[in-house]
Amino acid sequence: MAPRKSAASPSRSGAAKTTKTRSAKTAKPVIGTEIAEFDRDQEIAAYREMLLIRRFEEKAGQLYGMGFIGGFCHLYIGQEAVVSGIKLAMKDGDQMITAYRDHGHMLACGMTPRGVMAELTGRQSGYSHGKGGSMHMFSKEKHFYGGHGIVGAQVSLGTGLGFANRYRDNGNVSVVFYGDGASNQGQVYESFNMAELWDLPVVYIVENNRYAMGTSVSRASAQTDFSQRGVSFNIPGHQVDGMDVRAVKAAAEAALEHSRSGKGPIILEMLTYRYRGHSMSDPAKYRSKDEVQKMRSEHDPIEQVKVRLLDNGWASEDELKAIDKSVREIVADSAEYAQNEPEPDPSELYTDIVL
Amino acid sequence: MPIDILMPALSPTMEEGTLSKWLKKEGDQVTAGDVIAEIETDKATMEVEAVDEGTIGKLVVPEGSEGVKVNAVIAVLLTEGESADAIGSETPAAQPKPSEPASAPADSQPASAAVPAAPVAASVPSDPDIPEGTEMVPTTVREALRDAMAEEMRADGDVFIMGEEVAEYQGAYKITQGLLQEFGARRVVDTPITEHGFAGVGVGAAMAGLKPIVEFMTFNFAMQAMDQIINSAAKTHYMSGGQMSAPIVFRGPNGAAARVGAQHSQCFAAWYSHIPGLTVIAPYGAADAKGLLKAAIRSPNPVIFLENEILYGHTFDVPKMDDFVLPIGKARIHRAGKDVTIVSFGIGMNYAVKAADELAGMGIDAEIIDLRTIRPMDLPTIIESVRKTGRLVTVEEGFPQSSVGTEIATRVMQQAFDYLDAPVLTVAGKDVPMPYAANLEKLALPNVDEVIAAVKAVTYTA
Repeated sequence: MAPRKSAASPSRSGAAKTTKTRSAKTAKPVIGTEIAEFDRDQEIAAYREMLLIRRFEEKAGQLYGMGFIGGFCHLYIGQEAVVSGIKLAMKDGDQMITAYRDHGHMLACGMTPRGVMAELTGRQSGYSHGKGGSMHMFSKEKHFYGGHGIVGAQVSLGTGLGFANRYRDNGNVSVVFYGDGASNQGQVYESFNMAELWDLPVVYIVENNRYAMGTSVSRASAQTDFSQRGVSFNIPGHQVDGMDVRAVKAAAEAALEHSRSGKGPIILEMLTYRYRGHSMSDPAKYRSKDEVQKMRSEHDPIEQVKVRLLDNGWASEDELKAIDKSVREIVADSAEYAQNEPEPDPSELYTDIVL
Repeated sequence: MPIDILMPALSPTMEEGTLSKWLKKEGDQVTAGDVIAEIETDKATMEVEAVDEGTIGKLVVPEGSEGVKVNAVIAVLLTEGESADAIGSETPAAQPKPSEPASAPADSQPASAAVPAAPVAASVPSDPDIPEGTEMVPTTVREALRDAMAEEMRADGDVFIMGEEVAEYQGAYKITQGLLQEFGARRVVDTPITEHGFAGVGVGAAMAGLKPIVEFMTFNFAMQAMDQIINSAAKTHYMSGGQMSAPIVFRGPNGAAARVGAQHSQCFAAWYSHIPGLTVIAPYGAADAKGLLKAAIRSPNPVIFLENEILYGHTFDVPKMDDFVLPIGKARIHRAGKDVTIVSFGIGMNYAVKAADELAGMGIDAEIIDLRTIRPMDLPTIIESVRKTGRLVTVEEGFPQSSVGTEIATRVMQQAFDYLDAPVLTVAGKDVPMPYAANLEKLALPNVDEVIAAVKAVTYTA
């Protein structure tokens, strides 16, 4: 999927150039237009990673349907290239934080499918001992800071992670994910202002999947180019094809370098798409079946990698099937585990309220 | 083995639905993601997608069937190499799946599962002994708060303060005077006027392990930040199963100042005390302000530290000690007495103390308890006093409904009913937005006479 507007269009770079002296004067390519070169191993790894997220989400949907997962459950299917590509560019120590469409982010951070699935089913061995659920999971060890249920809150929190990085001068960058819907929350702009004012190492990732629940971006947003939402704070921003894991990785590398080198925050708008409804109970009647089908058949992030692997002769159908099989086994194992682990002990009701 | 396709639950509350349409027929090939059926719930028509790859072996539930229970087998999918013969003839139509998984979801548990009792609060240590001969230094509440922050910042490099006008302006109410000069701009951070944003930034920094002190110019403005305080700071420890926490102090003046009108004059003690996960402190004197703020900064939990603008300039004795820290969650007997217990906190103590002085002249010996911490509340100290006096009056400036006083009255009624010789009376602000006019503002606040009248009423004194 091509960005709706060219990231290198004169008006946009013009806007960026009025911002201090921050825009690169070197001949470096504009962020968002580059495609990272992947070798065979990288393609295979990306394929496997994205497939794990998709199969995990499909299984989560299935378990939801069976009543094992309750409440709200927001699936990431269709958007896999975004978090997978960004994680490939992150360094150990960089933090990640997002809202409630978070299962993919957790898997990408290296959290175990078993632990995540057991949290979805509300079991003791889930990441939050069954007390968080789909929208509230964390891993200090993997530098994953949630998992937040309030649209936009994670943007201020993630900016605070960046504040801590700068305070400690530890060279880490906070990567903050939010959607086109959250982009209209006031605290996002309060955070932008402080991040730029204090040169915080934060990369803001807008996952523009075109719909904030049932409201399309054009019905909710006066400025639908979310990469430009930082202009009035002098924060540079770029649109990226969020369905191509290579484009995501290239843009993320450049953005992380920008923030890590002390130049302050930067925004990447990932043009992506969610195949499923907003949550499990959303019939998604606000868009046509053709639109969904077109995205699936022409821009699917996993299919793109698969085609390249086959075309380059880097993998055979059988090899890809074997990957699929091993991924399915991991997911099936996590589902089995998550259904059979005990629920939290009733005594857990009163634990971990305060330290 | 053939795969059963089950009637899915498509919303948090769905129990059954109508299978309105099959989009695949027996013998059709499907791959994961293909829409195979449409289901009507009470809210919407939803599509059901195949989760596995295979051939539709049998449509068990015919289209148009109503009242199909969640988890009933609606179709059977054959995987590679299987034939329809593999489908057991015993598959019942529209019946719940016969073999429930080993560990069923919670809602199938008996509804009578006992709710565990709340843990008994650990006993809180008493105030530290102040060695005999310790010099007592007359100090304003303002200086005591500043000294507390400075001492903690010297001791711990992770402690920093952020807020509006805390650095170069030296604090809107001069609480942070001198901190910028001593600790520099890295640790004394002026923020833009952006409460929601900087409260979130503070909580994020706390989640990353720093120990922020976030000053609100007044707690009236913290309402803009309420979501970050309640949803992010207070709940993170619980929602993360104890993995993550937010060691942060939100502090600033709370309650009515003088003639600043409705939007700048209200007490939030009861609001914050409602929230599990928060610690709520409201000191009165300077020594408590210092000792409790130091404790708040060291606390691993999010703390709401409610100060009062009028008290900032009041002078109290503060012991000159290297490290004067007080226990959170412990009330203080401000004045011992035997006839009636008066419980108050913060500026409410002004009314309580003056009333007790006048009551003494009338022969009524009042015991005053300064609550100091609103949450966790030191109920044992109150109850011990009520056992002695049999009478209780609470005093606060906040609104009367669902107030700190009504909470105390409820709990004392539940836990010390037999010791009460009179109904508990609560003295509070009036149930009106704070008016501007001097005379009306005075009427809206509690006063010493109201406290005296309440004490006379519970002691049945004319």
